[in-house]
Amino acid sequence: MLLFLLRRLGVLLPTFIGVTAIAFALVHLIPGDPLEMLAGERGMDPLRHARLMHEMGFDLPLWQQYIDYIDKVLHGDLGLSINTHQPVLGEFMTLFPATIELSLCAMGFAVLVGLPAGMLAAVRRGTLLDHSVMGLSLTGYSMPIFWWALLLILLFSVQLGWTPVSGRISVMFWVEPVTGFMLIDTLLAGDWDAFWSALHHLVLPAIVLGTIPLAVIARMTRSSMMEVIREDYIRVARAKGLSPQRVIFVHALRNALIPVVTVIGLQTGTLLAGAILTETIFAWPGVGKWLIDSISRRDYPAVQGGILLVAAIVMLVNLLVDVLYGLINPRIRHAR
Amino acid sequence: MSAADEALAPPSPWRENWRHFCSNPGALLGLLVIVVLVLLALLAPWLAPHAPNEQFRDALLLPPSWAGGDPRFLLGTDDVGRDILARLMYGARLSLAVGAIVVTLSLAIGITLGLIAGFFQGVVDGLIMRLMDVMLALPSLLLAIAIVAILGPSLVNAMVAISVVVLPHYVRLTRASVIGELAKDYVVASEVAGAGLWRQMFVNVLPNCLAPLIVQATLGFSSAILDAAALGFLGLGAQPPTPEWGTMLADARQFIQRAWWVVTFPGLAILITVLAFNLMGDGLRDALDPRLKR
Repeated sequence: MLLFLLRRLGVLLPTFIGVTAIAFALVHLIPGDPLEMLAGERGMDPLRHARLMHEMGFDLPLWQQYIDYIDKVLHGDLGLSINTHQPVLGEFMTLFPATIELSLCAMGFAVLVGLPAGMLAAVRRGTLLDHSVMGLSLTGYSMPIFWWALLLILLFSVQLGWTPVSGRISVMFWVEPVTGFMLIDTLLAGDWDAFWSALHHLVLPAIVLGTIPLAVIARMTRSSMMEVIREDYIRVARAKGLSPQRVIFVHALRNALIPVVTVIGLQTGTLLAGAILTETIFAWPGVGKWLIDSISRRDYPAVQGGILLVAAIVMLVNLLVDVLYGLINPRIRHAR
Repeated sequence: MSAADEALAPPSPWRENWRHFCSNPGALLGLLVIVVLVLLALLAPWLAPHAPNEQFRDALLLPPSWAGGDPRFLLGTDDVGRDILARLMYGARLSLAVGAIVVTLSLAIGITLGLIAGFFQGVVDGLIMRLMDVMLALPSLLLAIAIVAILGPSLVNAMVAISVVVLPHYVRLTRASVIGELAKDYVVASEVAGAGLWRQMFVNVLPNCLAPLIVQATLGFSSAILDAAALGFLGLGAQPPTPEWGTMLADARQFIQRAWWVVTFPGLAILITVLAFNLMGDGLRDALDPRLKR
């Protein structure tokens, strides 16, 4: 197991260095003067320009700047945001819980709907139900989620008035941030009205963000379930006279779930990319919206740090999935 | 060849694949929709009722003609009086062109890199594949956003970004098939017969690796269209007044309370196009991948 872990980490390290190179290139490949953003409309006198270039290390050779950058990254220093003059890491960390809360709820929705739908389709293979589930999941998979969000807003917020259009909680409430998760914080404060408000704000974004993972999970569950149902031990279980429910839920499901769990883990990247779109539309104060805002403000340290952190998170989660998979299934561990 | 001989001869693999493809109603439907879309896009200057950027100042935000609008504008007009149907038809040109260019670019580069990695295993292979790992570590939309942030927002830069982002899939697929093929006898035989490296790569081995690449390219079409629309929606792709579907949606957002049609139709166009390519891709996979043949 230790060897397996080390091997995984060995692959991860060059990948991480590559990602830092991309993030570094982001600031250093942009044509034009790196101090343009600070200069303002009236420009900057050459003396001050030279001093700032020196202070910020832009006059060093590129490789030295890169090494300095890696050194800073490894010490947790991702620079200051041009917009707020706050450390990028701190900003990211304050906003990240909102993205996690949204992503977890989206994933919960996707699993709660996708898993039973895929199972039903597999059990009722070839029926109208199966075709409907597969058709719907292919539609969900093809969905431009930014449009899906607008449609849901059109129906539930504009026409029916059931849910708010944007934000995380109504402006009427103020909740002391403890965990950063609005649902938990409102409960800790014992404020039920605030909790309902937060829940109302969460429903649509979570559905939107969960749509593509839902489609993927439903398709994966169906194909994995169909494979398992054909196995001999299922026939044995049936022949023993077990009830069909017991055969499906106890005997088949457990084995069918293994590939599904991997797929769920590998959706992290999809979720974080989808969060960029979803948060922008619903004005959800998470890292996705922050990244897009930073790009439009040309706040390059923030964009650089954000991309690095998101990539690091995706890589860590993928590693975690790999390791968990290795724990569940020893064959993976000993392969190669 | 007599009729009896023809019946006995094994069907050509392409005809067999085509028959298999045709037995899948979803795939046929996808193909049909794509053909219609391509025709609409090609014939847009003749079919479209108006020019895409022509503004009718007397017809702002008119609903579709069946919902009480003007019969001149079948799908209604937007906030500056442009015909939505015409813009959608011209948008089909852009989206299909984006798909075609992205797929061509990424296929060409991806196949070349994959062939190189497969043929020259060792350091070169390791370098190429590690680079692909780095690209896979970032969510594709995020990487595309990063590239557009470097190059500046425009449709061309969005296409470049998307082509780069999808590269790893083609490289990995090509490399895996090449390594599978290299062990086969015909490769050894042609090497003994004196085939040069280029001939081996592109004439002997590559045609046998095409099946999974064709499937991936079809699915790549749909993801390219989707990503380009997403970038356009975020303001990082085509810029207004280009009639690109994602850009149109971004413009339409502010009218969501008053005019459902400006929000509904561009998205529907994206969904139908992407769905058609995905349906066809699924059908092609079933037809071309022998492991899935029933």
